Amino acid sequence: MAQEPILSARGLVKRYGKVTALDNADFDLYPGEILAVIGDNGAGKSSLIKAISGAVHPDEGEIKLEGKPVSFRSPIEARKAGIETVYQNLALSPALSIADNMFLGREIRKPGVMGSIFRSLDRPAMEKFARDKLSELGLMTIQNINQAVETLSGGQRQGVAVARAAAFGSKVIILDEPTAALGVKESRRVLELILDVRSRGIPIVLISHNMPHVFEVADRIHIHRLGRRLTVINPKDYSMSDAVAFMTGAKAPEPLAA
Amino acid sequence: MSEPQAAKTPHLEYEKVLSGSSTQVAQFDTNDKTPIQKFQHFLHGSPAAVPLIVLLLSVIVFGSILGTKFFSAFSLTLILQQVAITGIIGAAQTLVILTAGIDLSVGAIMVLSSVVMGQFAIHYGIPTPLAILCGFAVGAICGLINGFLIARVKLPPFIVTLGMWQIVLASNFLYSANETIRSQDLAANAQLLQFFGDSVRFGGAVLTYGVIAMVLLVALLWYVLNSTAWGRHLYAVGDDPDAAELAGVNVKKMLMSVYTLSGIICALGGWALIGRIGSVSPTAGQFANIESITAVVIGGLSLFGGRGSILGMLFGALIVGVFQLGLRLIGTDPQWTYMLIGLLIIAAVAIDQWIRKVAG
Repeated sequence: MAQEPILSARGLVKRYGKVTALDNADFDLYPGEILAVIGDNGAGKSSLIKAISGAVHPDEGEIKLEGKPVSFRSPIEARKAGIETVYQNLALSPALSIADNMFLGREIRKPGVMGSIFRSLDRPAMEKFARDKLSELGLMTIQNINQAVETLSGGQRQGVAVARAAAFGSKVIILDEPTAALGVKESRRVLELILDVRSRGIPIVLISHNMPHVFEVADRIHIHRLGRRLTVINPKDYSMSDAVAFMTGAKAPEPLAA
Repeated sequence: MSEPQAAKTPHLEYEKVLSGSSTQVAQFDTNDKTPIQKFQHFLHGSPAAVPLIVLLLSVIVFGSILGTKFFSAFSLTLILQQVAITGIIGAAQTLVILTAGIDLSVGAIMVLSSVVMGQFAIHYGIPTPLAILCGFAVGAICGLINGFLIARVKLPPFIVTLGMWQIVLASNFLYSANETIRSQDLAANAQLLQFFGDSVRFGGAVLTYGVIAMVLLVALLWYVLNSTAWGRHLYAVGDDPDAAELAGVNVKKMLMSVYTLSGIICALGGWALIGRIGSVSPTAGQFANIESITAVVIGGLSLFGGRGSILGMLFGALIVGVFQLGLRLIGTDPQWTYMLIGLLIIAAVAIDQWIRKVAG
């Protein structure tokens, strides 16, 4: 690939006491692609994701966003830099409305005195924006944007969380097990949604245990094993059982070309 | 999510069933609800409705039993006067309980603040407005200590405020040497301290400034909770602190500010307490913490945080006031009041659990 990676990491090390979760791990995400990250439980996959999303600070190594070195002390900093993470628990507040959730932590205030002195929220503007973003992603048969999130189904909640991540001009979206808790039908909708987000030019890191889903939507698959990147494969060149064999160490991949 | 395409061409073996399934995209509003479900949804959307209905019913019941003895402007405003302190302290308690915390020290902070205001003004000869400010500062500091121990040291709110309750109450008795400052002394030297006891009259209706302060405070906090980012964050923190943190809310800062504000509101309650009883007494308001929690729970706020309206708390406090006055006018043993309030508390929590099932 001739392109520069939009997000890359080199030589990440993270130790928890005697356990080495990340052992010189590398990572590359190119513009406009869906990169799946797979690995066995305990392979250090979540530590890798936490390191690039700012949830943990790696002991060693370097992370670059658009070629510039970055160092995040919190997910909030990563988000400010344009890395949005949709966590497995979605980070939604169940009792708040869809609109309130989309703007949680970045509310819009009314113009003028009402906003500056009385700190009043600009509800109509927030609702309109939320409605527009959900419609863009084809999620808009939501009649009531003020509905509490807890009254939505799992897939709808995932939709709101993804829409929130995609709505605020982000450069990278990380999705952690987006289909893990969903039924077949809802998983299908979420996969469509992921492809839709990519078609808007936002690259996606997809962490998933579901091989059929990974092989269906990913452009490249990053296989993590024993705390480092074992290889990156093209899903068109390998089968699912190959990928599982690499993951578990049953088979060794050819040396990494990139 | 272009649904039709997905449904027409199943990508994977196990998704074949999809072609036969509904092709409707994310459906949000289902209309086939029974009236009970609709009612449940209505209550879910308007958490202050249950206490309001109970309040209106109890006013009607007592009014029809007692007639004009109860149903007069004087009696009804008397209820307001009697719940003013509970309402103000309940407002502080509401903020804390919305964050899924609890503040057992509210009553103690209120009394200590009132004692500081009185002692500073009368014994140290500090100008009354300044003494009142000192009382507010004491309330804020107590709240800040609560907030620090809960947010930074990560101790459970119940334990922290249980400890602070004892500490603040003991400081109050040690500092004041259990001495009451008489009403005459206040009237002569620090009239401003009794401000909230003054009243305006409309015919038979007597509204003390304490009542007006309570109503304005609840109205202000209602606005803050519903229409500002701080208010929305408070709900989010109570709902799911981890989710709020990941979504970009500074949870620690929120908790610190909530407990500090609670302390400041308690100081306001302390000032209003002086107006209510006329004197400064270190033994007053012993049960304000329990009364405020009662008002909050009957008001339909969830002790698990994130749910309910501050208006509910006000209705809850008024329900207690209506029962107290109504039963006293009927002439029953006061224990019946406590028994009914106990039943109301349990009923309120049961209803809260039922309403929450909407989510499932």
